[in-house]
Amino acid sequence: MTETKTSENRPSEPRNGVIGRPIDRIDGPLKVTGDATYAYENALDGTAYGYILGAAVAKGRIAEIDTAEAERAPAVLLVMTHRNAPAQPDFGPAVTPTVPEVFTRARPALNSERVRYYDEPVALVVAETFEAARAAAGLIKVRYDEAPGVYDLPGHKADAYAPKRTNAGFETDSVVGDFESAFAAAPVKIDATYRTPFEHHNPMEPHATLAAWSGNELTIHTSAQTLANFRAGVASTLRIPPERVRIVSPFIGGGFGSKLIAHADTILAALAAQFLQRPVKIALTRQQMFANAGHRAEMIQQVRLGADTDGRLTGIAHDVWSATSSFEEYCEQTAVFARSLYAAPDRVTRHRLVPLDINRGEWMRSPGEAPGMLAFECAMDELAERLGLDPIELRIRNEPAQDPERGVPFSTRNLVACMEEGARRFGWVRREPTPGRTREGRKLIGYGMAAAIRPNYIGAATARVAIDRDGRVTARLDMTDIGTGTYTILTQIAAESLGVPISSVKVELGDSRFPRTAGSGGSWGAASAGSALHNACNALKQRILEAAQSSEASPLRGANATEASFADSEVRVGQQSAGLADLIRRIAPAGFEAEGSVAPGATTESYKAYSQHSYGAHFAEVAVDCDTGEIRMRRMLAVMGAGRILNAKTARSQIIGGMTWGIGAALMEQTVLDPRYGHFVNHDLAEYHVPINGDVPEMEVVFLEEHDDKANPLGAKGLGELGVCGAGAAVANAIYNATGVRVREFPITLDKVLPALPVIAI
Amino acid sequence: MAKTDNRSGPTRRTVLEGGVATGVLLATGIPVDAEPADTVTAAASPTPVPTMPMSLRINARDLAVELDPRTTLLDALRNHLGLTGSKKGCDHGQCGACTVLVDGRRINSCLTLAAMHEGDEITTVEGLAEGDRLHPVQAAFVARDGFQCGYCTPGQICSAVGMLGEAKAGWPSHASADVAAASVALTDAEIRERMSGNICRCAAYPNIVAAIRDAAEEA
Amino acid sequence: MQSFTYERAASAEQAAAAVAARPDAKFISGGTNLLDLMKLEIERPAHLVDISRLPLDRIEETAEGGLRVGAQVRNSDLAADPRVRSRYPMLTQALLAGASGQIRNKASTSGNLLQRTRCPYFYDRNMPCNKREQGSGCAALQGFNRMHAVLGASEACIAVHSSDMAVAMSGLDARIETISPGGETRTIPIGDFHRLPEATPHVETVLGHGEMIAAVTLPSPPPGRQVYRKVRDRASYAFALVSVAAIVETSGDRIRSARIAMGGVAAKPWRATEAERTLAGAAASDGAFTDAAEAALAGAVGHGGNDFKIPLAKRTMRHTLAAAAESA
Repeated sequence: MTETKTSENRPSEPRNGVIGRPIDRIDGPLKVTGDATYAYENALDGTAYGYILGAAVAKGRIAEIDTAEAERAPAVLLVMTHRNAPAQPDFGPAVTPTVPEVFTRARPALNSERVRYYDEPVALVVAETFEAARAAAGLIKVRYDEAPGVYDLPGHKADAYAPKRTNAGFETDSVVGDFESAFAAAPVKIDATYRTPFEHHNPMEPHATLAAWSGNELTIHTSAQTLANFRAGVASTLRIPPERVRIVSPFIGGGFGSKLIAHADTILAALAAQFLQRPVKIALTRQQMFANAGHRAEMIQQVRLGADTDGRLTGIAHDVWSATSSFEEYCEQTAVFARSLYAAPDRVTRHRLVPLDINRGEWMRSPGEAPGMLAFECAMDELAERLGLDPIELRIRNEPAQDPERGVPFSTRNLVACMEEGARRFGWVRREPTPGRTREGRKLIGYGMAAAIRPNYIGAATARVAIDRDGRVTARLDMTDIGTGTYTILTQIAAESLGVPISSVKVELGDSRFPRTAGSGGSWGAASAGSALHNACNALKQRILEAAQSSEASPLRGANATEASFADSEVRVGQQSAGLADLIRRIAPAGFEAEGSVAPGATTESYKAYSQHSYGAHFAEVAVDCDTGEIRMRRMLAVMGAGRILNAKTARSQIIGGMTWGIGAALMEQTVLDPRYGHFVNHDLAEYHVPINGDVPEMEVVFLEEHDDKANPLGAKGLGELGVCGAGAAVANAIYNATGVRVREFPITLDKVLPALPVIAI
Repeated sequence: MAKTDNRSGPTRRTVLEGGVATGVLLATGIPVDAEPADTVTAAASPTPVPTMPMSLRINARDLAVELDPRTTLLDALRNHLGLTGSKKGCDHGQCGACTVLVDGRRINSCLTLAAMHEGDEITTVEGLAEGDRLHPVQAAFVARDGFQCGYCTPGQICSAVGMLGEAKAGWPSHASADVAAASVALTDAEIRERMSGNICRCAAYPNIVAAIRDAAEEA
Repeated sequence: MQSFTYERAASAEQAAAAVAARPDAKFISGGTNLLDLMKLEIERPAHLVDISRLPLDRIEETAEGGLRVGAQVRNSDLAADPRVRSRYPMLTQALLAGASGQIRNKASTSGNLLQRTRCPYFYDRNMPCNKREQGSGCAALQGFNRMHAVLGASEACIAVHSSDMAVAMSGLDARIETISPGGETRTIPIGDFHRLPEATPHVETVLGHGEMIAAVTLPSPPPGRQVYRKVRDRASYAFALVSVAAIVETSGDRIRSARIAMGGVAAKPWRATEAERTLAGAAASDGAFTDAAEAALAGAVGHGGNDFKIPLAKRTMRHTLAAAAESA
């Protein structure tokens, strides 16, 4: 059910290239046979097993910890607590760190008797077996002096403060014109407050590490999205030079932002392995992940929209109050997208934080847009209804000619085209504008839509590519494939650039010995690593051509290289051609190697001169049971304008995954922080609901033809998060359309719609 | 209970609930040894864990092993037998990543003891392909992109293989309109319901359904 | 998980005796709930007696026209049995609404009856819970209690029994046969099997230590159409918010008899006898179903987070009764 249009061939690219084609994942066979090896599955002789014991209180100090029984337990090798753990740097201040510091700061474990959050590690047991370590952890007796903590965002909203900046380095506030006056004067207004809950990433693979020392050198097999971050964080925590830390992470069982920094499993495995002088592996349990591996913070969002009677926005205000940790600030950039999405002369966005005694939040898929658009795109729906306008028409009337706050043109922006194409495909005309009117049997049916926007980032990246005498290409970079399809698209980029078959290309990722990239995060992976590899391949081709022109042994000696091309495993220069492998055998039996890089997007002229985003439109149809209020998805459609598509198959998978996260956010995902104890009550996969197969309907994904030449040499932009942005709002708007009930507190569980559902005669 | 991990003795929370309010928090605490211990605690040669011999038949191979009775089938596979294809996602039967086939039936290997499976025919994801030829369900997962990160995939595939057998045997599901019907038409709704015990956080669900539909039609 | 010794039982009598011999011994069958709890040290048996291979895995016809279901029959086999599907479709529906295909392949009939609550405070050893640790308090009472009981709860415990199967069995008036260490057997009506929490929520059934479930007997199917309706937050693989098992026997446009049980509302499958009485002889009408639902929930008490269960249960019962009365 997917129609995928990919970009047309560009003059700069060979015809019939493999970029864009829906080829199967390169790593597919390894993954379906169980041969792909994830962190905990690495086997080293003499590996011991660690198990972490977490704190039973959320704030206070360890008054007494009795490890004697655990130490005597069978097969126990080590019990580590704050009393005997190797010295580590202090954690440092909670204030807003600059962006790099977030990733490089020391994250010590077991270095204090202080307890900062519930389930914070208070002991590590290492034993010969997993069973022995887990059992011994249960024998440790801990007494705490508990201190009163703060665990309630709404109750402490008055304590909110303005951070110095948001995540990703955005300004905390933005102000254009005079919103308050504009809003006061607006003939049509929406002033709506939404609440979004704590959420947890819950990648299927728990955070896990196997650490092994060889002399002074530490090798960490772990599940990491960004190896450079892990390396820096581990090195600063252990106070050793980063060069002595190697991070290996070729397969990652999902991350979604929760594997951008090293967690306790990594630090404690490294410390224990050093002490025991043998490899140690540790995995967080699923339950431990809730406190120890990041979350999306609870938020309160007030959206105010002022419009004239024609539906033109005169003022936009998006105010966000978010929970944060009392010991390490994290401010999700929740209102930042609102600075670019719609036109309005007077506007304000603000982020405020309320410190709670919990662990820090982390970057959860589509940080900013995921919660922000959930609220804002519902507010747009509310405004459309108040104006009596179709929600798509309202958005079209507020389409800006240029970035409304930065005042620069958009690189590409196909939002209107996405909405119009989506409306046509979805049958939007069949939507009944008056809510609660469409019933099939005992189901109320509703349609909803929302816009999607996600900024395009480029992170600094370098790739190394080599070709041998047999024409085999090897690309190496410390990039990761967290399921996004990186192995596959990089293979396609190298194959197309060098004119060789896919089967001749080997891409090696996930080893910090390879050239540094920005890793996987922020949807920047494909564009950053892909551009670096693209540039590396160009450098390699240049090197080959130079040698081909100058080498005595070359059949292309003296040919005019300005007309050269690499295709079909041949090098063509003017009318002359030579087999690539044969040429290399003749001119450079040892092969060639080259590197290529890209600079961080934010530093480039193109980034300063253009507002760069991916866009899309989400459509959803829901059925609501009129007796029980149960909400079930019927179908979803996303139309995306996201630059050049590198692999139509894996790109679609990224989007349907994102759309499903939208379902989760709209309908079920919520972690409950108990305001009495400070713990996440529903900390497992039985009680924290993520969508299961039965929740996910037929999904259609369409990519509009696009090539963003301002973004990068590939013309591609990020996809990993775009699918989430706005998807939940489309579902929420469909629920409103079905029922006439506007729920502003997510997730929209049946108990929130039921009271307003009329009892329909049987 | 509350504030003490030890399961015996008075409860710390009970003591402290008054303590916090009245400011006698520390008075109720046991003095902490402020000095760090001189040496890191490590047992020189710990006592071994008791084990029991068991014979397991996995992927048509008979294996004699000595394992702690506490060892789950999943941990036996992953930590002791080098069969790491079966994944630990939650360790509590809440995600399905550990799904294996026992006598052809899909089960969560995390929620059963290895010792309980002597004599059973255990098939893991490593045992599905015939040499280099992928099992039809495996091949369909590749062709339909029925995964992203791949971590839930072995469990999805084993679950699908078991599920197809259940459907073939005419077992109804929650999605079946008439549970008394003798046979099952494996619609997308049926596949979705029957595969709902396998969480995919990357959310490849529509592709998983398509892959299983393909494999079912091929069979 | 603390250390335990393991033995495989040779016979039902020997199994019962083996567990009875040690206060810290437990039966293990499917293990899907026990091992879950042992990993968290909520259950800490020192000895496990494996009864999963005892020859209690048959479903047999009874003289009274019912079925006798061996305790070791797996949930999936019970659900798939053609006799169950045709004569007790409500039981198949309930089984298939529970857990996942994998868990149903492992979970036994007896284990399903004996499964413990999913209250998140029960599952977290750092939290007060009278069921887990007598006298420690109930964290759910003033806490996150969205999933909790509205009927039959006490100040000591508001946890629910999570089984779907047991709700259908309650509506079918199933009887539970047990065997004791001495070899004696007894039969317990399902309504008497589970205990309400009162002041002792840790005591969940009337079974003695070492007493083992041997079988569940289903009386001959009652007349009427059977429907099991489960309401939950996800489309599948989630515990019930509420569920209703209903059998409605009609004659013309009047109801002759009805049997109704509810799940997700109490510490046991909740037989709605008041509602049944309301319906007997009434016209099969929306009004009668609504009155029955009101009667069923008349004594319900919410605890904040689960207040919605009361109207939800009423609405669910109303339309489930209507479905059962339809073309009965």
